[in-house]
Amino acid sequence: MTTAATDRRSAVGRPLPRADSEVKLTGAARFLADLDAPGAVHARLLRSTEAHARIVSIDATAARSVPGVVDVVTAADLKDFDATWGHHVRDRPILADGVVRFAGEIVAAVLAETQAQAEAAASLVEVDYERLPAVVDVADAMAPAAVRVHDQEPRPGFACPPGTTLRGGNDFFHHRIGFGDAVVAPDEVVTVDREYRFPALYQFAMEPHAVIADWHRDGSVHVLSSCQHPFLVRAELAAIFDIPTERVRVEVPFVGGGFGSKSYSKLEPVAVALARRAGRPVRLIGRVEDAMVTTRRHGMRCRMRTTARRDGRLVARSAEIWMDTGAYADNGPTVTTVAAMAAVGPYRWHSVDIDAACVYTHLPPAGSYRGFGGAHLQWIGESQVDELAGMLGLDGLRMRRANLLRRGERFLPGMRPVDADLPGDLEALAGALRWGEDRGRWQGVGLSVGLTPAGVSADSRARVELDGLGRVSVHVGSQEIGQGARSVHRQIAADVLQLPVERVTVAATDTAHTPYDRSTGASRSTTVAGLAVMRAAQALRDTVIARVAGLVGVPVDALEYRAGRIVHDDRGWELPDLGPACGEGSAHELAAGATPPALFWEVCMGGAKVTVDPRTGRVDVDRVVTVADVGRAINPDLVERQDEGCVMQAVGNAFFEELKFDENGVLLNDSLLGYRVPALSDLPGAMRCLIVENEDGPGPFGARGCGEGAFGGLLGALVCAVVDAGVPVTALPMTPDRVWRAIAGRS
Amino acid sequence: VVDVEDTALLLDVLRERGLTGAKRSCDLQVCGTCTVLLDGLPVSACCLLAADAAGRVVETVEGLAAVPANRLYAEIFTRRNVFQCGFCAPGFLVTLHAAMRNGALRDRDDIVREFGGNLCRCTGYRAIVDAVAEIAGLPAGQGQEGEQR
Repeated sequence: MTTAATDRRSAVGRPLPRADSEVKLTGAARFLADLDAPGAVHARLLRSTEAHARIVSIDATAARSVPGVVDVVTAADLKDFDATWGHHVRDRPILADGVVRFAGEIVAAVLAETQAQAEAAASLVEVDYERLPAVVDVADAMAPAAVRVHDQEPRPGFACPPGTTLRGGNDFFHHRIGFGDAVVAPDEVVTVDREYRFPALYQFAMEPHAVIADWHRDGSVHVLSSCQHPFLVRAELAAIFDIPTERVRVEVPFVGGGFGSKSYSKLEPVAVALARRAGRPVRLIGRVEDAMVTTRRHGMRCRMRTTARRDGRLVARSAEIWMDTGAYADNGPTVTTVAAMAAVGPYRWHSVDIDAACVYTHLPPAGSYRGFGGAHLQWIGESQVDELAGMLGLDGLRMRRANLLRRGERFLPGMRPVDADLPGDLEALAGALRWGEDRGRWQGVGLSVGLTPAGVSADSRARVELDGLGRVSVHVGSQEIGQGARSVHRQIAADVLQLPVERVTVAATDTAHTPYDRSTGASRSTTVAGLAVMRAAQALRDTVIARVAGLVGVPVDALEYRAGRIVHDDRGWELPDLGPACGEGSAHELAAGATPPALFWEVCMGGAKVTVDPRTGRVDVDRVVTVADVGRAINPDLVERQDEGCVMQAVGNAFFEELKFDENGVLLNDSLLGYRVPALSDLPGAMRCLIVENEDGPGPFGARGCGEGAFGGLLGALVCAVVDAGVPVTALPMTPDRVWRAIAGRS
Repeated sequence: VVDVEDTALLLDVLRERGLTGAKRSCDLQVCGTCTVLLDGLPVSACCLLAADAAGRVVETVEGLAAVPANRLYAEIFTRRNVFQCGFCAPGFLVTLHAAMRNGALRDRDDIVREFGGNLCRCTGYRAIVDAVAEIAGLPAGQGQEGEQR
C-alpha cells in the first residue's frame, strides 16, 4: 500500500484504542437512565393485552388513588392536536384511540413521583376490551377476505420519499424489480422453486429505549433520548406537535446499542405528549419487556424460483416476498425495498421478477435491524444457487465464479453499478475457508455472496473547531452506538490535521449545536458522516493556513502544513497560536453517482463450516469467515469488532432466535428467559474477518461502510453449510428440533 | 448503613445513590449487566433484595476501579478494543475481578464458564475471551483466528 498507511504519523489505518474505552470501563459513561432529571415525573406505560380489540372502557380510578400518582393519560387526553405519528406512514396513534392493533400497544401512561408508584398504579388501571378478529400470520393478512388492520387509506409520514405509492389494504406498499426477458427452452434449463419462512426477531440492544422529555412554557421541547437518528426525531416531533423544527432540541448521551432498534422515533412521541400534558419533565425508561414489543425484525414468507442453464449460467429469478411489518409501518417500506434488492443476487441474469410486499398484521411493529433485507433473502437465493449447482453436478464456488458481477457491471436497472471487486472478494473468502477440503459425513461447508444498498443519503455535515489552546473538537451528528463512530471520526480529523488523536475530541450530539446528519444507520457513519468530517478538517486546515498567509503576506502555497504546524522558510506557527478557528464540511459530493438508497453497495459475504449431530439435530459452527470489503479500514480493530458482533447476531438468527406469538398474537417468549440471545458458549470454533482494502469506497481515504453486510453473508453461508451437510433448510431458525425433523423426514 | 424498603432491589438502591455503573437490562439475571460482588461473588443486583445485602460487602464497578489490579485489566481491555457500546462492560469487569481473585481462570473453558452469565450483543465475544486470556496469563489463539497481538 502506498498511501498514508506508510506514514508513521498517520492516524488512519491503525488499530488505535477507542476514545471512549476508559469511561465505559469505569462505569463513568452516562447512558440515558444514568442521567438526572430534576423535577421529573416518572412514566410507566400500560400496554394492550389484546392483539386486535375495541377499547370499551379504561377505568383509572384505583390507579389515581395510589399515593404519588400525578396523572393517568389516555388518548382522550390528547385530543387538542393530531396525536399520530410514523415517519414513513403516519398510521400510528401516540396512545391507542378506541382500538388496539397489537398486543403491547400503548393504551395509557401513568405519571407518578417515583418509578415504583408509577408501576404500582399502572397495574391497577382496568381496561375492558372487546376482542376483534386478528391476523397474526402474514399469509392470512394477504388472503382475499382478510381483516384489514387499517381501514383508512395510508397517509404519508414526514419522511416518506417523494413518489412513494401507498395503497389501502394490508399490503400497503410494494417494491417490484423486473427486467429482462429470458427466452430459453425448458429442456435447456433446470429450476428450483420453493417456499421459505423467516422468523421475527428481537434486536436486543442491551440498553432498552429511554427518553427524558420536557415541554417548556414557551412551547419549546427538549428531549434526551437513546436514539440513532436525533435529527429525524427532531423533525418528527416538530411535525407531530406542529412546532418549528428549531424549537425542538434533541440530545443523545452514550447509547447502549442500537442495531436499528433505535432508528427513527420510538418512545419520543409519547414521552413528549406526556411532558406537554404534565408541565414537568417526564422520565420514561423502558424495560426489555417494552423493547420487545416496540420494534423487531420482520418475519417473512417468500416463494423464490431460480433457473440456470445446464452449463451453469444463471438465467432467471423470480420471487414473491411478504414482509410482516406488524400493526404499524415503522421502517417497513424501506426494509421491503432492500429485501427486494437483496432477492436479486449479484449475478448476471437474463430476467428478474421480484415483488416484495410490506404487509400489516396484528403483531408488534417491525422496523430496522442490522443487515435487513440481506438477512431475509440472501440465504434463500444462495441456497437456490447451491441447489442448482448440485442438480447440475457443479461446484458451488465455480458456479458463482461464472455468474458473479464484476466491477462496473449493472446490478439493478437505474442504479449505481457494482463498485467493489466481488470476484476478488470471493477468491479471498474461498481461500480462507479452505474450500474444497474433504469433509466428513454430517459436515458441511457453505459460502454466500450478496450486495445491499448502503449510505441512503449524502445529507451529513460536520464542523471541526480549533480552540485557543490548540485543542480540536469534531461536531458531527453520527451517533456513537457502539460501532465506534466517534473513534473513527477522531482518527479521520487527526489524520487530516496531522495531530495525535489525543488532541482531538468528538462531541456528543445536541441538535441545538451539532451540524445536521440524517441518520446513524445503513453503514453510513464512516463513509458519509466521515467524509463530512474529513472535508471539515480540511477546511479548518485551509483556514489556519490562510490566516498565516495573511499574517506573513505570502500566498498560501508558499506555506507548508506539517504535523499541526505551519511552516514558512525557517519560521513556524503552532495551532494554539492560530485558534480559535473552525472548518465546515459536508458529504454532499456523494450525491453525484448515488442512486438512493445506494450511495454505495455494501458487500455481503460469509463462509462457514458446520457439523450436524443427526441424533439431536444440533449444529456446531466449526469455523466462520466474513469479508469486510471496506475499501480502507480507518481502524482495523473496529472493523473486526463490527464483523464479529455481526457474526454472533447471525448465529442467533440462524439457529435459535425467534419471537413466538400465540394464535391471538400475544408474544409468548417475552423476556430473555424465553428469547435466548447468543452467549459466550455460542462462539464458533474459529472466527476470521478478512479485511479487504482496495481503496475503492466513496468515503474518506477510499473507505466503504461495513458491519451489516456480514449478517446476510454469514446467514447465507450457515444455511448453505447445513444444506451441504445433508439437511434441507426452508425455514429459520435451524433449531435442533427442526433440523432433526428434516433429517428424520428424509431417512 | 443505608435504610431501604423491604422490597427495594439492590440495583435500584445503588443506582439511586449515583452508583450507575451497574446497568439494568433483562431484569431476570440473564444478561449480567447489573453484576456486583456480594462478599466477593458475582450476583445480579436486579434480582437481589437490598435488605439481603445487609451486613455483607457489596462491591461495584466504581469501587473496583480503585483496586490496583484494575489498572491492568482496563489497560488490556482498552488496548484490544474489546467493548463497543459498553453497556455490558461494567458487568464483565466485575465478573473478571471475582474470577481472578478466586483463581477460576485456568484455561479457556473456564472463561466460557465464568462469563456465561454476561451477555454482550455488540462484540461477538472473541475479543473479550482473548483479553481475559491475556489477563489470566493463558496462551493466546487456540483456534481463535484473527489474533494479531
